[in-house]
Amino acid sequence: MSDYAVELRGVTKRFGDVLAVDAVDLAIEDGEFFSLLGPSGCGKTTTLRMIAGFDYPTEGSIQIHGEEMALQAPNERPVNTVFQSYALFPHMTIEENVGFGLAMKKVPKSEAAERVDRALDMVQLAHRKGTTPDKLSGGQQQRVALARALVNEPEVLLLDEPLGALDLKLRQQMQIELKDLQERVGITFVYVTHDQEEALTMSDRIGVMSGGRLLQVGASTEIYERPMSRFVADFIGDINLIPARVSGSDAVELAGAVTVMARGVDSAAGGRWLAIRPEQLHLVADGEATPSGMNQVVGTVVHRVYFGDSYAYDIDTAMGRVDVRQENHPGLALHDPGSRVTVWWNPAVSSLVVD
Amino acid sequence: MSGRARIERLLAANMWLVYAFFYLPILVLVVFSFNGGNRVGIWGGFSARWYGEVLDNPEVIDAVKNSLIVAGISTVVSTIIGTAAALAINRYRFRGRGTLDGVLYLPIIIPDVTMAVMMLLFFARAFALVDIVGPRIQLGLGSIALSHIAFNISFVAVVVRARLGQLDRSLEEAARDLYASGWAAFRKVTLPLIMPGVLGGALLALTLSLDDVVVTAFVSGPGSTTLPVYVFGLVRRGVSPAINAISTMMLLASISLVALSLLFQRGGSRARAQKAEPIEAAN
Amino acid sequence: MATVTAEPTTAEPQVANAELEAAAAAADRRRGFLIALPAYVYLLLFFVVPFLIVIVYSFATRSATGATRLSDWNLRAYEKLFDSLVVEIVWRSFWIATITTLICLLFAYPFAYYIATRRPAVRNALLVLVMIPFWSNFLVRTYAWRFILGSDGPIGSLTEALGWEPIRLLFTPAAIMIGLVYGFLPFMVLPLYAAIERLDWGLVEAARDLYADGWTAFRKVTLPLTKSGIVAGSLLVFVPSFGAYVTPAILGGSKDLLLGSYIVTQFQQARNWPFGSALSIVIMLIMLGALMIRRRAAAEDV
Repeated sequence: MSDYAVELRGVTKRFGDVLAVDAVDLAIEDGEFFSLLGPSGCGKTTTLRMIAGFDYPTEGSIQIHGEEMALQAPNERPVNTVFQSYALFPHMTIEENVGFGLAMKKVPKSEAAERVDRALDMVQLAHRKGTTPDKLSGGQQQRVALARALVNEPEVLLLDEPLGALDLKLRQQMQIELKDLQERVGITFVYVTHDQEEALTMSDRIGVMSGGRLLQVGASTEIYERPMSRFVADFIGDINLIPARVSGSDAVELAGAVTVMARGVDSAAGGRWLAIRPEQLHLVADGEATPSGMNQVVGTVVHRVYFGDSYAYDIDTAMGRVDVRQENHPGLALHDPGSRVTVWWNPAVSSLVVD
Repeated sequence: MSGRARIERLLAANMWLVYAFFYLPILVLVVFSFNGGNRVGIWGGFSARWYGEVLDNPEVIDAVKNSLIVAGISTVVSTIIGTAAALAINRYRFRGRGTLDGVLYLPIIIPDVTMAVMMLLFFARAFALVDIVGPRIQLGLGSIALSHIAFNISFVAVVVRARLGQLDRSLEEAARDLYASGWAAFRKVTLPLIMPGVLGGALLALTLSLDDVVVTAFVSGPGSTTLPVYVFGLVRRGVSPAINAISTMMLLASISLVALSLLFQRGGSRARAQKAEPIEAAN
Repeated sequence: MATVTAEPTTAEPQVANAELEAAAAAADRRRGFLIALPAYVYLLLFFVVPFLIVIVYSFATRSATGATRLSDWNLRAYEKLFDSLVVEIVWRSFWIATITTLICLLFAYPFAYYIATRRPAVRNALLVLVMIPFWSNFLVRTYAWRFILGSDGPIGSLTEALGWEPIRLLFTPAAIMIGLVYGFLPFMVLPLYAAIERLDWGLVEAARDLYADGWTAFRKVTLPLTKSGIVAGSLLVFVPSFGAYVTPAILGGSKDLLLGSYIVTQFQQARNWPFGSALSIVIMLIMLGALMIRRRAAAEDV
């Protein structure tokens, strides 16, 4: 029997002519906080809905703890969903909302009441259980939606951009609370979002999707520091992408005939991009020494922008324009626009990505 | 800004004018129903005698009874069928959906004369057909009820569709997600939430059935006169304070229905004009 | 693909494929069809069939005694449509309906506009005040004008008492139009109100920002965007007005015959069912025209 909480094999979904999800293979570990990340229309919500059972795949297999569920009705799956719009039943009280799933499963009234109270305690809303949803704030409604799902002790909890409607401060607070909750309860969370910062901070692992395809799956650090495709590199955080061509076993040639050492050079054909995060690039004034074994390119400062906690430079070099980020600290040497500088970096921190 | 204020004042004046236009005739009618004098247009003191005369009149009592029977039957049947139609069109794509949508629109704009002619000829043919088989059927409360249902289905459907349109679809998905079967989700989530629309549609059907004159006149037989048809007959013969009295009582009934519908709307999640939705959605 | 024997569920757990998906979609369509079936059947039997029967009757023959013979199919009823009397009646009905519609539009638009731009609490109260006459019995409301305008009503009695010339208000086309406007004004108000209330006022503000004055902004932004409400309301007023019977029967004179009354005559005194059917077809054509206008308007509407 599989010990994956959720396993998708070859899952495809077509709506008429539109290919919404394209042959996705995915294995989500038991007890992990997994995020599906991608821009609007990338297929992440459709994938989530297929796990929940609101849409059936055109092709493929969906297994939950080893049991095939691809074509099971949503009310026959051991998963529960937290909807983007919360979907709280307006004609029922909070208590009735949270207890709905238990009532449908014919859980005895006394046991159900106890579980509902415990779930509401967990989200600190036990005192509002007699009111109706319209009297609660957005954040409170969201917590009720959570309680309503968790009270059923599902094998997997699905969350569809649950924090989208909240303002920034509340969203950040809820992110921490959600992460805490998941660790305490220990249930597998599958979380859909388009906010890459949210995914990076909350998830154990992230699956990046675009155009219906799952591009890369890995831990946050891996996704950020070792992107495997141009899209993933570009979607997460800021990045410099420099067109590159393989020229040797561990070197690539960039624009302007600049050759640098790089990690991960392989012999496969095709265009490449050298991907380096702006904070991995360093600046010294032209003529000053740089550490040995580093790549270096000379350039001219075009812009300098002050961010309070950091400085951002826009440098014009032979290999093209690059962004450099320097963390602000006392004694930091600044470079004025127009001055000549040397940009250097460690070959081990760059990635070579394909389209 | 004074130009703006002037326009606002004009608009407000227009509004009051329209309200006056709506209500003054009704008020005059009601006031003169208490006219004790014998010349209908000349005030002869306050009296409620016409109400007494009307309420004693067996023809009136019969007509009221018939109206209520027909209205009751047609309301119940058309509400069930109309709600089902609204659900089907709103939720599913099926063969003939567009046709049904179009056919549902026609009874809303059809002039009552045309509907009356259609139903008369239909029953003429239907009875001729049934005659061959055996029983002789006649025009009566049955034919009236069947005709009323025919146009009421559309009105109920329109009101319920408007309500369905406002419903958040994810509510039903949430119910399914929480282990409800399709039928349980409908019963416990969808139905309660569209109930204000269903009841509003039923109320509309009731009103239209009680209102109807021409269709009923054409397809009623002896002994199956309804109140509006009876009053229409009286009006054609001339004005009389008795008619004013009946009219005032009918107005009272209408206003009670409005109050009732407001009560139902309070239970809905939006307090929009009940008919603003159906008429708007009919187009 | 290996399938696992699961706990008792509705079906043998299966992996998805395109055929199953198509089958599920077909099952869904069938369910929708079944739910719609009662309405379908009822309207087919009690609306579409009657519609067709009227068409059939229009080609039938009227016997000397006034009975209808469903044989000897002919076009005599249609020929009669071109009689000058009939043309005059149709034309009269048409322009009365048109004027009624225009009057309704003229007063209903500012009325709906004003209400739609009030505070929500005020708005609801004002709408309730519109609903009360709307839900009141149509016959009663028409009779109210019969009472008021009649020479034996309050106005007539008053002028008589004052020794003035008796005013002839009743039994004129004007009286009919007053009655029609009175009866159908709410049908114009409600769709207009719905359309205006839905308006994105940010667009009007954008127009003002781009140097349009109030009237121009109204003409170029508000009016076109509420067009759907105007069309809807106009159809709801025009078509029933065109075929009106009760109102002209109560408020109109025997001189100015309208189509609705003329049709009723064919089925009562005149006993010429084929001709009455042919006349009804004229109205039905107008109805179908309205349906097409609505279809086109709905297609344009975003």
